[in-house]
Amino acid sequence: MVIIGAGIIGAACARECALAGLRVAVVEADFVGGGATAAGMGHIVVMDDSEPQFALTRYSQQLWRELASELPADVEYMACGTIWVAADEQEMQEVRRKHDFYGARRVPTEILDPRALYEAEPHLRPGLVGALLVPEDLVIYAPCAARFLLRQAQARNCDLHMGTVKGIREDGVVLQDGSVLQAGTVVNAAGTWAKELTPGLEMRPRKGHLVITDRYPGFVRHQLVELGYLKSAHTLTAESFAFNVQPRITGQLLIGSSRQFGVEETSVDNHIIAGMLARACQYLPELSRMSAIRCWTGFRAATPDKLPVIGKCPGHEHLYLATGHEGLGITTSLGTARLLLDQLLNRAPAIPLEPYLPGRVMETAHA
Amino acid sequence: MSERSEFDVLVVGGGPAGIAAACCAAEATPRVAIVDDNPALGGQIWRDEPAPSTSQSAIWYQRLARLPVQIIAGTRAFAQAGPHILVAESEDGVCELAFRKLILATGARERFLPFPGWTLPNVMGAGGLQALARSGLTMRGKKIVVAGTGPLLLAAAAHLRQSGAEICLIAEQASRRHLIVFSVRLVCHSSKLQDALALRRELAGVPYLTSCWPAAAQGKEKLESVMLRRGAKTWSVDCDYLACGFHLVPNTELAALLGCGVEQGRVRVDDLQQTTVPDVHCAGEPTGIGGLELSLVEGQIAGHAAAGAPDAARGLFAKRKGLRRFAAGMDRAFALRPQLRSLPQADTLVCRCEDVPLGRLREHSSWRAAKLLTRCGMGPCQGRVCAPAVEFLLGWNVESVRPPVFPVRVESLTTTVTGAPPTLS
Ligand SMILES: Cc1cc2nc3c(=O)[nH]c(=O)nc-3n(C[C@H](O)[C@H](O)[C@H](O)COP(=O)(O)OP(=O)(O)OC[C@H]3O[C@@H](n4cnc5c(N)ncnc54)[C@H](O)[C@@H]3O)c2cc1C
Ligand SMILES: Cc1cc2nc3c(=O)[nH]c(=O)nc-3n(C[C@H](O)[C@H](O)[C@H](O)COP(=O)(O)OP(=O)(O)OC[C@H]3O[C@@H](n4cnc5c(N)ncnc54)[C@H](O)[C@@H]3O)c2cc1C
Repeated sequence: MVIIGAGIIGAACARECALAGLRVAVVEADFVGGGATAAGMGHIVVMDDSEPQFALTRYSQQLWRELASELPADVEYMACGTIWVAADEQEMQEVRRKHDFYGARRVPTEILDPRALYEAEPHLRPGLVGALLVPEDLVIYAPCAARFLLRQAQARNCDLHMGTVKGIREDGVVLQDGSVLQAGTVVNAAGTWAKELTPGLEMRPRKGHLVITDRYPGFVRHQLVELGYLKSAHTLTAESFAFNVQPRITGQLLIGSSRQFGVEETSVDNHIIAGMLARACQYLPELSRMSAIRCWTGFRAATPDKLPVIGKCPGHEHLYLATGHEGLGITTSLGTARLLLDQLLNRAPAIPLEPYLPGRVMETAHA
Repeated sequence: MSERSEFDVLVVGGGPAGIAAACCAAEATPRVAIVDDNPALGGQIWRDEPAPSTSQSAIWYQRLARLPVQIIAGTRAFAQAGPHILVAESEDGVCELAFRKLILATGARERFLPFPGWTLPNVMGAGGLQALARSGLTMRGKKIVVAGTGPLLLAAAAHLRQSGAEICLIAEQASRRHLIVFSVRLVCHSSKLQDALALRRELAGVPYLTSCWPAAAQGKEKLESVMLRRGAKTWSVDCDYLACGFHLVPNTELAALLGCGVEQGRVRVDDLQQTTVPDVHCAGEPTGIGGLELSLVEGQIAGHAAAGAPDAARGLFAKRKGLRRFAAGMDRAFALRPQLRSLPQADTLVCRCEDVPLGRLREHSSWRAAKLLTRCGMGPCQGRVCAPAVEFLLGWNVESVRPPVFPVRVESLTTTVTGAPPTLS
C-alpha cells in the first residue's frame, strides 16, 4: 500500500499497517510532521461535541496512554490533564453536564470548586466559579511524535519516499517526476491538501494562530481551556478566539486559540493575535508581562460535521481516505489508524466506524 | 490603547547610518524621527564612546542636535501594524509609528561559530567583551586571546588593551595572502589606512597570527585556556577570556518582515537605497557589511532620497562606489575558510538556547525540519545566534521571519490594533 503524507495521520497509519505485516510506502512532499502537525498544540483531549467525536477521541487517548512508555523523550509526553474553566453559573452547568457525560462513559473527571481551582492554578484571575478537571488528558510534541510513529513503521515494513504525489491511479500513485509507485491500496492522508488529489471531498481549511512564550516553569500546570471554547469552536462562521493555554515541558506556555474560515494566507494576522492574547490575559492576568517569542499559523482540515473522514472512498475500490481531522488530528491519529486497518483487514472495530465513512462528505455522493 | 505618532521620515536604528539618514532627511523635511532600542544613540560603534567631542561622531551628533529630529530611544520596532505603520515596544508600553517613508538602519551583529567549549563562561563575542569593558567590567591584568576573523578583532583587541588587558595574541583565520591583497586596497583609502596604522601602533608587540583559529576552549567551570590551530600545529594558551567573533551578520529581520527582498543575507537596494518595497529604504550594514564610512554614506543617500532630494543623493554615488569596492575586498579577504566547518564535533552545541548539538542537526534536510524536530533556533534568541552558524556549517537557507522580530511582552501584542481593541466573541 501507498500512504500519501507523513503528517501525524499518515505516520500513525503507516505504523499500524506495517506492524500488522502490510508492505507500506509513505510519500511525503516536504518532511515528516511538517504540515498541520507542526503547527498544532498537541493536546490529547477527550471531546464531547458528539458521540462519535467522543468515541474516537477517548479511544485514541487510551491508545496514546498505552504507548506512553515507548515514547522517546523528544515527544515530550506530559500527563498534565485539562482544566475546563467556568467563568459563570451557565458555564458551571456545562461543567456538571460534562462531568455526568464523561462519568457515564467511564472517563474520570473531577469538579473543582473555586478553592480547589485556585489551589490547582493559583495564577488564574479571581472570580471564577469553578472548573472540571480531566486528569487523563495529556500533551505531546506532535512533529517528533509523527517521526517516532514513522520510525516504528520503518523498522518493520515501510519505506519513506520523499516526493510529491501528482495523481492517484487504479494501480498506485504518480509522482511529480512522472514515476509511478505501484500499490494495491492507496491511502490519501495529505491533510488539507487531500482535496487536491481527491476532488469532491467537502473540506475547508480553518486557520489557527498560536503564540509561544519564553520559559516560566510551573506558572501553569494543566492545559487550561475556557468553556466559552465550546461556543466559539461551534461557530462555523467568521473568526473566533478562545482562552486555551498549554504548559510545555520546557516551561514555555503555548497560547491559543483562534479559528478562521476563508483565509488562505499563512501570514500572521495582528488582529487575530491581539484578540486571542487579550482573551488569554483576561484569564491569566500575569501573562501580559511575559515575553512572547514567536507567533505562527496553521490550517485545520474541517469537514461540515467536524468529524474526520476515515475509510474507503466511494466509487474507488483501492482508495482510502484518512483526513479531515480539524483541530483534533493529533489526538485522533492513533484511533484513525486502527479504524483504517480494521477496514483493510475486515476486522471488527472497537468503536462504530460508520460516522467517519467518507460517503457523507463527498460532493459527488450528494449529487 | 497604543499611542500613535506620524512622521514624514522614520528611521529605525540610531547607529551611524541612522544618524546620517536622519540628518539629511531633516534638512529637507520637517517631521523626522529615529527609533532605537538602546537608551542612547550611536549604534555599535559610537554608543559608548567616552569623548565624542574630539571625533567624527561629534560632528554628526552636533549636526543632529541642530535639527528637530525626534529621538525615540529605548524603543524597539517589532512588527508592522498595517501599511506604513510599525509597532514598537518600550518599557512604558507600545506605540505605533506611522511614516510616509521608512529608512531601515538596523545594523549588524557578530557571527559566532561553534567549536568545542565555546559555551564555557568567559568565552565572549569580541564586540561583546569590548562593550562589557566600556560599561565597567575591569580588564586590568586580564589575559585575553582574541580570535576569529575580520577587522573588528583588531579594534576589539586595541580597545581591550587600552582598558588594561594583556592581549596574548590575535588569531585571524584568513590567510596572509588574502590579507596582503586587502592591505593594498587599504592604501587607496587614506582614512582607512590611517585607522589601520593607528591600530597597529596600539597593538605593537601583540602577536597577530594569520591562518590560525581556535580549535577548542578548555576549562572546568570556566575558560582556562584556548587550543589554537595553525596548519598542522596545535597548542594551548592560558587566558582569562577568549574574545571571539567571525565577522558580522546583517540584521535583515525587520526588512524581511516588511517584505523587502533579501538576497544572500543582504537587503536588496537600488541606487537610492530603496528596497524592493516602495517607500522603504535601507542603509548601512543590513545591505552588506561595509563598515562605518559606507554606513554613513548610505545613510546620507537614503536620507536625501526619502526626503525627496535625489539630486543631493546622487552627489554621493561616487563615494559610495569606492567604499563598496572596498567592502567587497573585505568580504573576500575575511571569507570563512571551509576548514572551519569541521570545528564543531557531533556533540558540540550549536543552539545554546535549546541545547542542540551539531550531530542532531545533521539528521535533517532543511532548517525548518531541523528546527521543528530538534528545537534548534526555537529559543528566546529565535536563531539570531545559531542560524548564521548553521547557514555556514550546513549550507541551509535559514530565512524564516514572523512577527514579533524580537521577543516582546504579551501585552504588546494585544494592543497592536489601530482603532478600537478587537471585539471578543
Ligand atoms: C492551530 C492549530 C492547533 C491545533 N491543536 C491541536 C491539538 O491541540 N490537538 C489535536 O489533536 N489537534 C490539534 N490540531 C489539529 C492537528 O494539528 C491536525 O488535525 C493534524 O496535524 C492533521 O494531521 P495530518 O497528518 O492529517 O495533516 P498534516 O500534518 O498536514 O500532514 C499532511 C502531510 O501530507 C503532505 N502532503 C500533502 N500533499 C502531498 C502530496 N501531493 N504528495 C506528498 N505529500 C503530500 C504534507 O507535506 C504533509 O506533511 C491543531 C491544528 C491547528 C492548525
Ligand atoms: C558587536 C559589534 C562591535 C563592533 N565594533 C566595532 C569597532 O570597534 N570598530 C568599528 O570600526 N566597527 C565596529 N563594528 C562595526 C560597526 O558597528 C559598523 O561599521 C557601524 O556601526 C554600522 O553602522 P550602522 O548604523 O549600520 O549600524 P549599527 O551601529 O549597528 O546601528 C544599528 C542600530 O539599530 C538598532 N536597531 C536594530 N533593530 C532595531 C529595531 N527593530 N528597533 C529599534 N532599533 C533597532 C540597534 O540596536 C543599533 O543601535 C562593530 C559591530 C558590532 C556588531
